[in-house]
Amino acid sequence: MSRAADVVNVVIAGLGGQGIVTASDILAEAAFTAGHDVKKSEIHGMSQRGGSVSSDVRFGAQVHSPMVPHGEADFLLISEATQVAANRHRLHPEGRLITPEAVPQLFQEADPERAARAARMVNVALLGVLSAHLAIPEATWLEAIRSHLPERLHEMNGRAFHQARGIEAIFGSLTGDRPHPATQ
Amino acid sequence: MPQQLLTGNEAVAQAALDGAVSLGTGYPGTPSTEILERLGALGGRAQWAPNEKVALEVGLGVAFGKARALVTMKHVGLNVAADPLFSATYTGVDEGLVIAVADDPGMHSSQNEQDTRRYAEAAGAPMLEPGDAQEAYDYTLQGLAISARFQLPVILRMTTRVCHSKGPVQTRSERAQAPAPRYERDIPGRVMIPGNARPAHVRLRERLHNLARSELPEALLTDTGEDRQLGIIADGVAAAHAREAAPQARLLKLGLTHPLPIEAMRAFTQQVERCVVIEEGDPYLYTAARAAGIPVAGKPERFRFGELNAERVRRILDGDESPEPEPEAAGKPPQLCSDCSHRPVFQVLSRLGCIVAGDIGCYTLGVMPPFEAMDTCVCMGASVGVGLGLRHALPAEEARRVVSVIGDSTFVHTGLPGLAEMAYNPPETGHVLLILDNDTTAMTGLQEHPGTGRRLDHHPAASKLNYEAIALALGITDVHTVDPVDHKDDFERLMHDALADDRLTVIVARRPCSLASRRLAAFRAEQEPSEP
Repeated sequence: MSRAADVVNVVIAGLGGQGIVTASDILAEAAFTAGHDVKKSEIHGMSQRGGSVSSDVRFGAQVHSPMVPHGEADFLLISEATQVAANRHRLHPEGRLITPEAVPQLFQEADPERAARAARMVNVALLGVLSAHLAIPEATWLEAIRSHLPERLHEMNGRAFHQARGIEAIFGSLTGDRPHPATQ
Repeated sequence: MPQQLLTGNEAVAQAALDGAVSLGTGYPGTPSTEILERLGALGGRAQWAPNEKVALEVGLGVAFGKARALVTMKHVGLNVAADPLFSATYTGVDEGLVIAVADDPGMHSSQNEQDTRRYAEAAGAPMLEPGDAQEAYDYTLQGLAISARFQLPVILRMTTRVCHSKGPVQTRSERAQAPAPRYERDIPGRVMIPGNARPAHVRLRERLHNLARSELPEALLTDTGEDRQLGIIADGVAAAHAREAAPQARLLKLGLTHPLPIEAMRAFTQQVERCVVIEEGDPYLYTAARAAGIPVAGKPERFRFGELNAERVRRILDGDESPEPEPEAAGKPPQLCSDCSHRPVFQVLSRLGCIVAGDIGCYTLGVMPPFEAMDTCVCMGASVGVGLGLRHALPAEEARRVVSVIGDSTFVHTGLPGLAEMAYNPPETGHVLLILDNDTTAMTGLQEHPGTGRRLDHHPAASKLNYEAIALALGITDVHTVDPVDHKDDFERLMHDALADDRLTVIVARRPCSLASRRLAAFRAEQEPSEP
């Protein structure tokens, strides 16, 4: 299958209860608000009990199937290191794997309470990394984050997003990443 | 109305509201559950029924009263509701009745991957198949209109990737006018004794014929693409995969898949050199086309299993038989929550060496390590009958190890007749029914049911079932209640004694689900400011 340059394929994966679906909702809404056609698909159900969860988000001028074909993901966001092996086949050979290691600065809290709090923001931080590669305005992202999280979490997550986005903008280029053609 | 980003389920709920549905009812089941939850949240009237059969009967009554109804269920729920379905097509309806049925190809959270399209044909119900959220909205409204116009209940057949996929949806700016309910007596049309049912069957076939000859089958199909070499006939989400896999192909997407627009399919194949049917599950479209002498190709047998996606469709079209890519490692299976009340239960059942006739719910995860304490799981409510059958057949020593384990919601759903059987035909060694009452329908996402004493919207219900009193009323005298977490030793002793005894015993292991308790506390805290 030829790789459609006008559709961005993102797979977000992790474990049930980690906010994978919320993260994909934020991404889908940001892309939708930015004027793209969007399709998003995931599996609920049994996976809610701590099992593997993954959500596909696709956006561009026109999206047909809601599922990212295997080996076609431009970006694979994984919040939990143990889930990389189960999902790597989703990623295109030239696609970008984004894990918390992309932004280690955000997850170096020694204090257990603060570390636990940082862990809960991991998906939003991964979206921040992703956002550095996409032509969606930061304000649109922040609006989508606010509409999917309770108010008391807005400031904290907004900051995590902004920091991760900034770190990736500086250091992401060192890894040789190039923006996806559809996002320029 | 601006476009909204909605899931297929949310779109069905919005359409029910916009289409003046006066009552939505159903039983929770992945991937259909969110339809009624959303309808309720939007301000529509939505309620959970004890099971799908009752839900469909309630919906049918609403439609007999000249009001509109939406009934929701997962594919296996239609097995339970099949009895009313097969006669509801005979009686017909006076107003719109749409039955939204969600199939689960690939069995993400189901015990089988049965294909609802077979039911539409078998029962003679018109069927619409949306392929995305926009179509889920449009076809729900279309289904209500078709149902009212041709006086037949309509099946809205969805699949996991339609129910749980989000896409932009353009909704109507105005809500439909609700019909004025009133009763009109129609004994020959509504009372299905043989003398009335014989003409009713003829009438059903005439109505389907009228629908097939109307403008609708044409209006509900889309024919896109210019290619004269390759043509594809597809339905539901498979059409989206096909469009992606073969962007240039001529694609005939069917919206109405019962009755099938068979002549449009025939004409389509005459305009392309090669025509392939792309469908998930059973070869429903393919078989119908071939039976009508339409020259189409189908898919190799291995694509009957699991979901399709663009890559699998490409393989079908190219005749590519190479192995499909596999993950490097298996994903993590679901498991019981760390503080789940089912954990001590399965530890005890495992320790006592029970033969466990299990059932459907979170507690089915009792089959996973470290418990591995479940021996059978077949369908909703089967734990009771299967356990009794094992007791009847096995030698006494083994029979005494058999216990039926069922959750509270499943017990209300279809366990009740099983308990009547237990009281009526007791095995020689007696039997033990263990009801795991966690006060919610946990696995599908914490829905209420008649045993929780709360309505769909979590406000108090008019009544709350009392399982112990039900067992006593059926003539079972050994009825016990125990908290399996706080009184695990008592629970173990009760189980041990009940298994050793040749009497009939019902044990209610009562401990609210901690997820549900937390959510209920949050709900009540939210309600407080508005209550004096």
